[in-house]
Amino acid sequence: MFENIGEIVLLFWRTLLALPQAWRQRDKVFDQFFEIGNASLLMVCVLSFFIGAVIALQTGPVLVESSLPSAVGGVVGIAIAKELAPVMMAILIAGRIGSAMAAELGSMRVYQEIDALRTMNINPIHYLVLPRILAIAVALPLLVVFSVLVGWFGGATVADLNHRMEIPYRVFFSDLRDIVELRDVANGVFKSFCFAIIIGVVSCHQGLVTIGGPRGIGRSVTKAVVNSIVLIVIFDYLLTRFLLK
Amino acid sequence: MSEDQNNNHSGVGLVVRGLRKSFGEQEVLKGLDIEVKPGEIFVIMGPSGSGKSVLLKHLIGLEEPDAGEILINGEPLTTPEIAAKYRMALVFQSGALLNSLTLGENVGLYLTEHHLKSPDEIKKIVEEKLADVGLKDAVDKMPSELSGGMKKRAAIARALVIEPQLILYDEPTSELDPLSAVVIGNEILDLNRRIHVTSLVVSHDRDLAFGVADRIAVIIDGQIVTVGTPDEVKNFNDPRVKEFLHADFKREK
Repeated sequence: MFENIGEIVLLFWRTLLALPQAWRQRDKVFDQFFEIGNASLLMVCVLSFFIGAVIALQTGPVLVESSLPSAVGGVVGIAIAKELAPVMMAILIAGRIGSAMAAELGSMRVYQEIDALRTMNINPIHYLVLPRILAIAVALPLLVVFSVLVGWFGGATVADLNHRMEIPYRVFFSDLRDIVELRDVANGVFKSFCFAIIIGVVSCHQGLVTIGGPRGIGRSVTKAVVNSIVLIVIFDYLLTRFLLK
Repeated sequence: MSEDQNNNHSGVGLVVRGLRKSFGEQEVLKGLDIEVKPGEIFVIMGPSGSGKSVLLKHLIGLEEPDAGEILINGEPLTTPEIAAKYRMALVFQSGALLNSLTLGENVGLYLTEHHLKSPDEIKKIVEEKLADVGLKDAVDKMPSELSGGMKKRAAIARALVIEPQLILYDEPTSELDPLSAVVIGNEILDLNRRIHVTSLVVSHDRDLAFGVADRIAVIIDGQIVTVGTPDEVKNFNDPRVKEFLHADFKREK
């Protein structure tokens, strides 16, 4: 992965330079945006609910036994908003959408469709990369906001129903509001925006450099997902450090 | 297509001098020289791996040469400005249609992406070009629904939208049955007659080459061995050329 960092940064820079073309590519951006939403919404919903539920289940009884029942809402709220929703959704999207991007562009590269675009003087970065990166950069933060809300609801449901907690919804969300600030959610959303750029650029790059036949496409898909996840985890630490200041 | 529109095309001359290209240790093009006259059908023949497709990629700007020069109408093809000045199109061996677009969208892609015409005009042009290659009824089909021959004809229609002065064909009859190959060959001849476009055909199909070419060059191992009219090439006295042109099965009777 690290030998390609220069190429990945260069692709990101070229995509930034292509931003003035964004309006001309708006139809493709919307197509990609809805594809990401359609492909992910149900999965995000299920995953987020159970992440919230398991966090409440792991931390709630301990906090209640330590006479800190009012901290359950805050712990679940902070953990989901600042860390779990952005990271888990980014990993989900890297697997679901990043792999699809790498496969589609890789297939276009192998079957000379990208060469065909070049012969028509159509820049593949404008036509293929820019719409995908813009779409994922908008879609992932929105999915994370949705994930945070569903995750909180999952946590609240377990806190209410579990006999070792029995914290009513109203009390859970009241405790959550006392601890979680809008800034905490904004931090998570900002992180997810950065993760979206990572997934988009890494996956598109991997697709564009695909060589060989179907085996090459498979290798590109694997690399796109693995490299995205590794970079997400590294950047999660760096961004957390930066945002804690 | 109207005759007026056709006359907007005029073939360009092409000169390649001393073209060299290596991939790693392997030298694929070893100082290649060719000259194609405006409006002629020039066929480059040679066995697989002789460097034909690599040559085409240099001509369309998909590869950079290690040495040598390419001149279009006497101007060196070194800057994007010169490349943009002349309209060139490549018909890929596989067709290289975008699988996510319909045939009509594929053919109109150049005009759509460069915003050269209104959607209605593009639709009309696409229908004309598809009719030119006998695919008028396939405008809404996806590439996966087309046969190999239809894909190649669609690729020719896509090339025609650019109103090219030079069309490069990469193995236009490979993987086609003899009947479809003849259709493609006739298409190349017909275009040349109607719009006087310069056509450079790369192929190892002997029937196609001798059926459509004004002149033929034989490339073997990255070098041009001979250039001439089909008759001159047929009678050229070189064992490698003879072996390539007359290769046949040896079945005992």
